[in-house]
Amino acid sequence: MYRSHVLICGGTGCTSSGSGKIAEKLQEEIDKNGLSKEVQVVKTGCFGLCALGPIMIIYPEGSFYSMVKEEDIPEIVSEHLLKGRVVTRLLYNETVTENGIKSLGETNFYKKQHRVALRNCGVINPENIEEYIGTGGYEALGKVLTEYTPDDVIKIITDSGLRGRGGGGFPTGLKWKLAKENHADQKYVCCNADEGDPGAFMDRSVLEGDPHAVLEAMAIAGYAIGANQGYIYVRAEYPIAVQRLEIAIKQAREYGLLGNNIFGTGFSFDIGLRLGAGAFVCGEETALMTSIEGNRGEPRPRPPFPAQKGLFGKPTILNNVETYANIPQIILNGAEWFASMGTEKSKGTKVFALGGKIHNTGLVEVPMGTTLREVVEEIGGGIPNGKKFKAAQTGGPSGGCIPAEHFDIPIDYDNLIAIGSMMGSGGLIVMDEDTCMVDIAKFFLEFTVDESCGKCTPCRIGTKRLYEMLDKITKGQGTLEDIDKLEELCYYIKSNSLCGLGQTAPNPVLSTLRYFKDEYIAHVVDKKCPAGVCKSLLSYEIIADKCKGCTLCARVCPVGAISGEVKNPHVIDKSKCIKCGACMEKCRFGAIVKK
Amino acid sequence: MKSLDELKAIRDKMQNQVKLRGENSNSIRVVVGMATCGIAAGARPVLNAFAAGVQEKGLDNVTVVQTGCIGLCQYEPIVEVITPDGEKVTYVKMTEEKAHEVIDQHLVKGKVVTKYVLSPDMLKQ
Repeated sequence: MYRSHVLICGGTGCTSSGSGKIAEKLQEEIDKNGLSKEVQVVKTGCFGLCALGPIMIIYPEGSFYSMVKEEDIPEIVSEHLLKGRVVTRLLYNETVTENGIKSLGETNFYKKQHRVALRNCGVINPENIEEYIGTGGYEALGKVLTEYTPDDVIKIITDSGLRGRGGGGFPTGLKWKLAKENHADQKYVCCNADEGDPGAFMDRSVLEGDPHAVLEAMAIAGYAIGANQGYIYVRAEYPIAVQRLEIAIKQAREYGLLGNNIFGTGFSFDIGLRLGAGAFVCGEETALMTSIEGNRGEPRPRPPFPAQKGLFGKPTILNNVETYANIPQIILNGAEWFASMGTEKSKGTKVFALGGKIHNTGLVEVPMGTTLREVVEEIGGGIPNGKKFKAAQTGGPSGGCIPAEHFDIPIDYDNLIAIGSMMGSGGLIVMDEDTCMVDIAKFFLEFTVDESCGKCTPCRIGTKRLYEMLDKITKGQGTLEDIDKLEELCYYIKSNSLCGLGQTAPNPVLSTLRYFKDEYIAHVVDKKCPAGVCKSLLSYEIIADKCKGCTLCARVCPVGAISGEVKNPHVIDKSKCIKCGACMEKCRFGAIVKK
Repeated sequence: MKSLDELKAIRDKMQNQVKLRGENSNSIRVVVGMATCGIAAGARPVLNAFAAGVQEKGLDNVTVVQTGCIGLCQYEPIVEVITPDGEKVTYVKMTEEKAHEVIDQHLVKGKVVTKYVLSPDMLKQ
């Protein structure tokens, strides 16, 4: 029995800011003070506030320490753990108020969050199956196997209104029903953990913080559709997630929660791990299955759909990590409980990875229907340096932008599609007034050009041509005709590509054209980049009246483009200037301007 | 594991431990003075006795926390039991044995163990 638990985040974010060393030092100090039988150190999954890592929470007080350094550890142990005096200077500053210390649940970051998929992340030790069982883990599997028929399970999932969290939003219950109705000697349950959108890390955090929830849900799915084998396809770039999954599968087998005759009911289910080699297209369901089969990861035409002929030609279901993480909770709490959260057609909660120009970079889970404003301004803490919100990008390279005029839109599947974006897997990148929308579209197209598998022509060649047109526009060489051609090509690629990658690749272009056409026109007609990002359209100039001739700019210029006499105004030679901005940064008189 | 009962046994064992990690604003707080004076008078075993006893008995509504010196050093180890409505009972000169008595009587049955409570008479002497 321990009187106090110290939870340290062992997710990827905090691990890279040094939480591993902190945990070692902490254990060392605890041993030194003779507290090892009283205080337990637990390495957990992600708490969500990745920007403030490494993060540590001490219970029962619930003190939330942020940006903890190794040298802070002796103080935390001797003051907090030994004498019960909270080290206020290290507390997350939002929890410290004039009237004392607020609990974490009252801070802006956590107040509006509702954790279902992330409920155990940052609470349990993901490498200890007994802690998962202690929070009610594997009870849903036990309940399903002993009390429900497969049809009952599918009915509960259907009634809950759960839709695929990977981005498509296909009703999960219906997917399972279709797979169940196809009779075959062998069926499969697959988990898509090939999270590839730039800036998205929801699935990684679930796998790192609560891997057993995914295993349990896959076993439930296996029972529902009549499958005895599952595969998790996880990208190899997630080493901590892979390691925790390996440990979790091993422990589940040891405890008889995977394998033959689970709970003595005659139901058998096992799970294998398959690592992806870093191809974005393998997140597409048919390419993922082709890759599991041991072939080159290329998509195949649908129909036949996986529910009819999937992995190894057998009926298969494929769900995303976050979708699975919701399943055990739905079984335990009932379909009505889940359906009571969210909007009319989008039930439950959604996890978002907040990134870009925002204070609280990290992971949040909110009920469907929360507005973008609440997520960005209240939970995310707004945009740094007093800049204005310009747009949010959701859905990664398949999605689009939500401009400021839709800031108050309740986020759900259908609303986002209606405004030309999509839910996507949950990456949410915030952009401020210094972001050029043409440049953003170009960035995503560069990504899809790289990641197109090359099997079908519209995607392989079309995305390349799109990228070239965008490049031309950002260099100030575009014409109005190019903008029309750009749009036409987008629709062509969308309607003719083989798989989801190509069908959605033009979305970043289409949505920026829809909301920020004026920026495209500024690039083409005025040859200006309104946000001041596109280098070819920029020029730096020295205002002669303000220049004191201090020579500092001439000295920092890496290419020697600035010349002038001491105490006389300097000039920039535009043919030499590489537009690095070093001179403007250094000038103490504000004499250099960017046009 | 071959049965649901075995699963339940593990859950019950682990549940009380994992429950410590949560925020429970409607709980009874047991506050143990753990400043130098408290520790010197033997507050550590008292604190541990409370923490272990509460977990063993599965008292979900009780949180055991530490605090600093409250100024009555000669009466340490001091333990305060504070109910959600703000009512406070102060136990003085606690020991492990007394702690068990307070858990059984006060925390479980709701009866204050008056013989260990700080009385105004003590302060007058």
